[in-house]
Amino acid sequence: MAESPLVAAVVFHLGPVPITEPVVTTWGIMAALTLLSAVATRRLAVEPRRGQAVLEIIVGALEQQIGDTMHAPARGFLPLLGTLFIFLAVANLSGVFPGVHPPTAHIETTAALALIVFLSTQYYGVRSRGLAGYLGSFARPTVLMIPLNVLSEITRTFSLMVRLFGNVMSGEFVIAIVLSLAGLFLPVPLMALEILTGLVQAYIFTILAAVFIGAATGSIEQA
Amino acid sequence: MTIELISILAAAIAVSFGAIGPALAEGRAVAAAMEAISRQPESAGVLSRTLFVGLAMIETMAIYCLVIALLVLFANPFVH
Repeated sequence: MAESPLVAAVVFHLGPVPITEPVVTTWGIMAALTLLSAVATRRLAVEPRRGQAVLEIIVGALEQQIGDTMHAPARGFLPLLGTLFIFLAVANLSGVFPGVHPPTAHIETTAALALIVFLSTQYYGVRSRGLAGYLGSFARPTVLMIPLNVLSEITRTFSLMVRLFGNVMSGEFVIAIVLSLAGLFLPVPLMALEILTGLVQAYIFTILAAVFIGAATGSIEQA
Repeated sequence: MTIELISILAAAIAVSFGAIGPALAEGRAVAAAMEAISRQPESAGVLSRTLFVGLAMIETMAIYCLVIALLVLFANPFVH
Protein backbone atom coordinates (compact mmCIF):
# COMPACT_ATOMS: atom_id res chain seq x y z
CA MET A 1 0.00 0.00 0.00
CA ALA A 2 1.28 3.46 -0.83
CA GLU A 3 1.89 5.79 2.05
CA SER A 4 -0.68 8.41 2.91
CA PRO A 5 -0.65 11.38 0.53
CA LEU A 6 -2.08 13.64 3.20
CA VAL A 7 0.89 13.87 5.59
CA ALA A 8 4.10 15.72 4.81
CA ALA A 9 7.47 14.37 5.89
CA VAL A 10 9.32 16.50 8.44
CA VAL A 11 12.83 17.28 7.22
CA PHE A 12 14.26 19.13 10.23
CA HIS A 13 13.23 21.29 13.18
CA LEU A 14 13.86 25.02 13.33
CA GLY A 15 13.65 25.53 17.07
CA PRO A 16 10.19 24.23 18.04
CA VAL A 17 8.86 24.57 14.46
CA PRO A 18 8.97 21.44 12.31
CA ILE A 19 9.99 22.20 8.71
CA THR A 20 8.30 19.81 6.28
CA GLU A 21 9.39 18.72 2.84
CA PRO A 22 6.95 20.92 0.84
CA VAL A 23 8.27 23.99 2.64
CA VAL A 24 11.85 23.13 1.71
CA THR A 25 10.80 22.49 -1.91
CA THR A 26 8.95 25.81 -1.97
CA TRP A 27 12.03 27.61 -0.69
CA GLY A 28 14.09 25.92 -3.38
CA ILE A 29 11.66 26.98 -6.11
CA MET A 30 11.51 30.53 -4.74
CA ALA A 31 15.30 30.76 -4.66
CA ALA A 32 15.64 29.33 -8.16
CA LEU A 33 12.99 31.67 -9.62
CA THR A 34 14.45 34.72 -7.88
CA LEU A 35 17.94 33.88 -9.07
CA LEU A 36 16.72 33.20 -12.60
CA SER A 37 14.74 36.46 -12.72
CA ALA A 38 17.67 38.45 -11.37
CA VAL A 39 20.01 36.98 -13.96
CA ALA A 40 17.51 37.31 -16.81
CA THR A 41 16.69 40.98 -16.11
CA ARG A 42 20.25 42.08 -15.38
CA ARG A 43 21.02 43.61 -18.77
CA LEU A 44 17.75 44.77 -20.31
CA ALA A 45 18.05 46.67 -23.56
CA VAL A 46 15.60 48.47 -25.84
CA GLU A 47 16.75 46.18 -28.65
CA PRO A 48 16.03 42.77 -27.09
CA ARG A 49 18.54 39.99 -27.40
CA ARG A 50 17.49 36.36 -27.56
CA GLY A 51 16.94 35.75 -23.86
CA GLN A 52 15.16 39.03 -23.33
CA ALA A 53 12.86 38.33 -26.29
CA VAL A 54 11.74 35.07 -24.66
CA LEU A 55 11.17 36.91 -21.39
CA GLU A 56 9.11 39.60 -23.15
CA ILE A 57 6.97 36.96 -24.87
CA ILE A 58 6.20 35.27 -21.52
CA VAL A 59 5.40 38.51 -19.69
CA GLY A 60 3.44 39.90 -22.64
CA ALA A 61 1.34 36.74 -22.99
CA LEU A 62 0.60 36.73 -19.25
CA GLU A 63 -0.39 40.38 -19.33
CA GLN A 64 -2.67 39.86 -22.32
CA GLN A 65 -4.41 36.80 -20.86
CA ILE A 66 -4.98 38.50 -17.49
CA GLY A 67 -6.13 41.70 -19.18
CA ASP A 68 -8.58 39.77 -21.41
CA THR A 69 -10.01 38.02 -18.36
CA MET A 70 -10.35 41.11 -16.20
CA HIS A 71 -11.49 43.48 -18.98
CA ALA A 72 -9.06 46.01 -17.53
CA PRO A 73 -5.40 47.01 -17.92
CA ALA A 74 -3.46 44.19 -16.29
CA ARG A 75 -0.23 46.04 -15.58
CA GLY A 76 -1.06 46.71 -11.92
CA PHE A 77 -2.00 43.09 -11.22
CA LEU A 78 0.84 41.51 -13.19
CA PRO A 79 3.34 41.36 -10.30
CA LEU A 80 0.89 39.32 -8.19
CA LEU A 81 -0.88 37.19 -10.80
CA GLY A 82 2.09 36.68 -13.11
CA THR A 83 4.28 35.56 -10.23
CA LEU A 84 1.48 33.32 -9.03
CA PHE A 85 1.27 31.62 -12.43
CA ILE A 86 5.02 31.19 -12.86
CA PHE A 87 5.41 29.83 -9.34
CA LEU A 88 2.48 27.43 -9.76
CA ALA A 89 3.67 26.20 -13.14
CA VAL A 90 7.15 25.50 -11.78
CA ALA A 91 5.78 23.98 -8.57
CA ASN A 92 3.34 21.68 -10.40
CA LEU A 93 5.99 20.60 -12.88
CA SER A 94 8.67 20.06 -10.23
CA GLY A 95 7.31 16.52 -9.82
CA VAL A 96 9.02 15.46 -13.05
CA PHE A 97 12.41 15.80 -11.36
CA PRO A 98 13.32 12.54 -9.63
CA GLY A 99 13.09 12.79 -5.88
CA VAL A 100 11.15 16.07 -5.87
CA HIS A 101 7.51 16.11 -4.81
CA PRO A 102 5.43 19.09 -5.93
CA PRO A 103 4.74 21.32 -2.91
CA THR A 104 1.24 22.01 -4.25
CA ALA A 105 0.36 18.34 -3.57
CA HIS A 106 0.05 19.32 0.11
CA ILE A 107 -2.88 21.31 1.37
CA GLU A 108 -0.74 23.69 3.44
CA THR A 109 0.86 25.21 0.33
CA THR A 110 -2.39 25.64 -1.56
CA ALA A 111 -4.05 27.02 1.59
CA ALA A 112 -1.36 29.70 1.81
CA LEU A 113 -1.76 30.56 -1.90
CA ALA A 114 -5.56 30.70 -1.64
CA LEU A 115 -5.22 32.95 1.43
CA ILE A 116 -2.97 35.29 -0.58
CA VAL A 117 -5.63 35.46 -3.31
CA PHE A 118 -8.41 36.02 -0.73
CA LEU A 119 -6.59 38.86 1.04
CA SER A 120 -5.49 40.55 -2.18
CA THR A 121 -9.07 40.36 -3.47
CA GLN A 122 -10.22 42.34 -0.43
CA TYR A 123 -7.27 44.75 -0.77
CA TYR A 124 -7.86 45.51 -4.45
CA GLY A 125 -11.62 45.75 -3.89
CA VAL A 126 -11.23 48.31 -1.11
CA ARG A 127 -8.53 50.19 -3.00
CA SER A 128 -10.54 50.64 -6.18
CA ARG A 129 -14.03 51.19 -4.71
CA GLY A 130 -13.34 52.59 -1.26
CA LEU A 131 -14.37 50.75 1.90
CA ALA A 132 -18.03 51.76 1.74
CA GLY A 133 -18.30 51.04 -1.96
CA TYR A 134 -16.68 47.64 -1.60
CA LEU A 135 -18.85 46.59 1.34
CA GLY A 136 -21.85 47.96 -0.52
CA SER A 137 -21.10 45.64 -3.43
CA PHE A 138 -22.03 42.72 -1.18
CA ALA A 139 -25.58 44.08 -0.92
CA ARG A 140 -26.21 43.74 -4.63
CA PRO A 141 -28.63 42.98 -6.22
CA THR A 142 -30.61 43.16 -2.94
CA VAL A 143 -29.79 43.37 0.77
CA LEU A 144 -31.04 39.79 1.12
CA MET A 145 -27.99 38.60 -0.81
CA ILE A 146 -25.46 39.69 1.85
CA PRO A 147 -25.17 36.29 3.62
CA LEU A 148 -24.89 34.45 0.32
CA ASN A 149 -22.28 36.84 -1.05
CA VAL A 150 -20.18 36.58 2.12
CA LEU A 151 -20.53 32.79 2.04
CA SER A 152 -19.49 32.61 -1.60
CA GLU A 153 -16.45 34.73 -0.80
CA ILE A 154 -15.32 32.05 1.67
CA THR A 155 -16.36 28.93 -0.24
CA ARG A 156 -14.70 30.00 -3.48
CA THR A 157 -11.43 30.52 -1.63
CA PHE A 158 -11.85 27.08 -0.11
CA SER A 159 -12.59 25.50 -3.48
CA LEU A 160 -9.57 27.28 -4.98
CA MET A 161 -7.47 25.59 -2.30
CA VAL A 162 -9.00 22.12 -2.63
CA ARG A 163 -9.02 22.18 -6.46
CA LEU A 164 -5.28 22.72 -6.84
CA PHE A 165 -4.42 20.40 -3.96
CA GLY A 166 -6.77 17.65 -5.16
CA ASN A 167 -5.60 17.70 -8.75
CA VAL A 168 -1.87 17.68 -8.08
CA MET A 169 -2.10 15.30 -5.13
CA SER A 170 -4.34 12.81 -6.95
CA GLY A 171 -1.97 12.77 -9.92
CA GLU A 172 1.01 12.04 -7.69
CA PHE A 173 -0.96 9.43 -5.78
CA VAL A 174 -2.13 7.58 -8.89
CA ILE A 175 1.46 7.51 -10.21
CA ALA A 176 2.64 6.09 -6.87
CA ILE A 177 -0.06 3.39 -6.90
CA VAL A 178 0.62 2.38 -10.53
CA LEU A 179 4.34 2.30 -9.80
CA SER A 180 3.85 0.02 -6.81
CA LEU A 181 1.50 -2.26 -8.78
CA ALA A 182 3.05 -2.44 -12.24
CA GLY A 183 6.67 -1.43 -12.15
CA LEU A 184 9.04 0.96 -13.79
CA PHE A 185 7.81 2.21 -17.17
CA LEU A 186 4.03 2.03 -16.94
CA PRO A 187 3.56 5.35 -15.04
CA VAL A 188 5.30 7.32 -17.82
CA PRO A 189 2.06 8.18 -19.75
CA LEU A 190 0.47 9.19 -16.45
CA MET A 191 3.42 11.47 -15.74
CA ALA A 192 2.98 13.06 -19.18
CA LEU A 193 -0.70 13.62 -18.33
CA GLU A 194 0.41 15.11 -15.03
CA ILE A 195 2.48 17.73 -16.91
CA LEU A 196 -0.65 18.78 -18.81
CA THR A 197 -2.78 18.81 -15.64
CA GLY A 198 -0.17 20.81 -13.76
CA LEU A 199 -0.02 23.54 -16.41
CA VAL A 200 -3.81 23.67 -16.80
CA GLN A 201 -4.28 23.93 -13.04
CA ALA A 202 -1.69 26.70 -12.78
CA TYR A 203 -3.54 28.55 -15.56
CA ILE A 204 -6.92 28.00 -13.93
CA PHE A 205 -5.74 29.12 -10.50
CA THR A 206 -4.36 32.32 -12.00
CA ILE A 207 -7.41 32.99 -14.15
CA LEU A 208 -9.75 32.41 -11.21
CA ALA A 209 -7.66 34.74 -9.05
CA ALA A 210 -7.93 37.31 -11.86
CA VAL A 211 -11.70 36.78 -12.02
CA PHE A 212 -12.07 37.23 -8.25
CA ILE A 213 -9.98 40.40 -8.23
CA GLY A 214 -11.76 41.68 -11.33
CA ALA A 215 -15.12 41.09 -9.67
CA ALA A 216 -13.96 42.85 -6.50
CA THR A 217 -12.70 45.90 -8.39
CA GLY A 218 -15.85 45.91 -10.52
CA SER A 219 -14.02 45.78 -13.86
CA ILE A 220 -15.69 42.53 -14.91
CA GLU A 221 -19.26 43.65 -14.19
CA GLN A 222 -18.84 46.89 -16.10
CA ALA A 223 -17.63 45.15 -19.26
CA MET B 1 -18.45 -5.54 8.95
CA THR B 2 -15.30 -4.00 10.33
CA ILE B 3 -14.67 -0.27 10.25
CA GLU B 4 -11.88 -0.78 7.68
CA LEU B 5 -14.22 -2.55 5.27
CA ILE B 6 -16.87 0.13 5.71
CA SER B 7 -14.26 2.82 5.04
CA ILE B 8 -13.12 1.17 1.81
CA LEU B 9 -16.74 0.78 0.66
CA ALA B 10 -17.46 4.41 1.55
CA ALA B 11 -14.43 5.59 -0.42
CA ALA B 12 -15.44 3.55 -3.47
CA ILE B 13 -19.02 4.81 -3.31
CA ALA B 14 -17.90 8.41 -2.87
CA VAL B 15 -15.62 8.33 -5.91
CA SER B 16 -17.95 6.34 -8.17
CA PHE B 17 -21.08 8.35 -7.52
CA GLY B 18 -19.13 11.58 -7.32
CA ALA B 19 -17.79 10.98 -10.81
CA ILE B 20 -21.21 10.60 -12.48
CA GLY B 21 -22.45 14.16 -12.11
CA PRO B 22 -19.26 15.96 -13.18
CA ALA B 23 -18.85 13.54 -16.13
CA LEU B 24 -22.32 14.35 -17.47
CA ALA B 25 -21.83 18.06 -16.81
CA GLU B 26 -18.43 18.19 -18.50
CA GLY B 27 -19.83 16.34 -21.51
CA ARG B 28 -22.60 18.89 -21.88
CA ALA B 29 -20.21 21.80 -21.42
CA VAL B 30 -17.75 20.51 -24.04
CA ALA B 31 -20.56 19.71 -26.47
CA ALA B 32 -21.99 23.21 -26.11
CA ALA B 33 -18.55 24.76 -26.57
CA MET B 34 -17.89 22.65 -29.68
CA GLU B 35 -21.18 23.76 -31.17
CA ALA B 36 -20.41 27.39 -30.41
CA ILE B 37 -16.92 27.11 -31.93
CA SER B 38 -18.29 25.48 -35.09
CA ARG B 39 -20.80 28.31 -35.41
CA GLN B 40 -18.29 31.05 -34.69
CA PRO B 41 -14.72 29.82 -35.25
CA GLU B 42 -13.36 33.34 -34.79
CA SER B 43 -14.37 33.38 -31.11
CA ALA B 44 -12.61 30.08 -30.36
CA GLY B 45 -10.03 31.76 -28.12
CA VAL B 46 -12.51 33.34 -25.72
CA LEU B 47 -14.69 30.23 -25.76
CA SER B 48 -11.92 27.82 -24.94
CA ARG B 49 -10.62 30.02 -22.14
CA THR B 50 -14.08 30.21 -20.61
CA LEU B 51 -14.53 26.49 -21.21
CA PHE B 52 -11.33 25.67 -19.31
CA VAL B 53 -12.36 27.72 -16.32
CA GLY B 54 -15.84 26.19 -16.37
CA LEU B 55 -14.49 22.67 -16.66
CA ALA B 56 -12.20 23.33 -13.70
CA MET B 57 -15.21 24.48 -11.69
CA ILE B 58 -17.14 21.33 -12.59
CA GLU B 59 -14.19 19.07 -12.03
CA THR B 60 -13.78 20.42 -8.52
CA MET B 61 -16.92 18.50 -7.52
CA ALA B 62 -15.26 15.20 -8.48
CA ILE B 63 -12.06 16.30 -6.75
CA TYR B 64 -14.04 17.01 -3.56
CA CYS B 65 -15.30 13.42 -3.64
CA LEU B 66 -11.76 12.16 -4.18
CA VAL B 67 -10.49 14.19 -1.24
CA ILE B 68 -13.30 12.79 0.92
CA ALA B 69 -12.39 9.26 -0.21
CA LEU B 70 -8.73 9.78 0.63
CA LEU B 71 -9.65 11.29 3.99
CA VAL B 72 -11.78 8.23 4.73
CA LEU B 73 -8.94 5.92 3.72
CA PHE B 74 -5.93 7.67 5.22
CA ALA B 75 -7.14 10.12 7.86
CA ASN B 76 -10.13 8.23 9.24
CA PRO B 77 -10.80 9.40 12.81
CA PHE B 78 -12.41 6.04 13.71
CA VAL B 79 -9.44 3.88 12.69
CA HIS B 80 -6.45 3.86 15.02
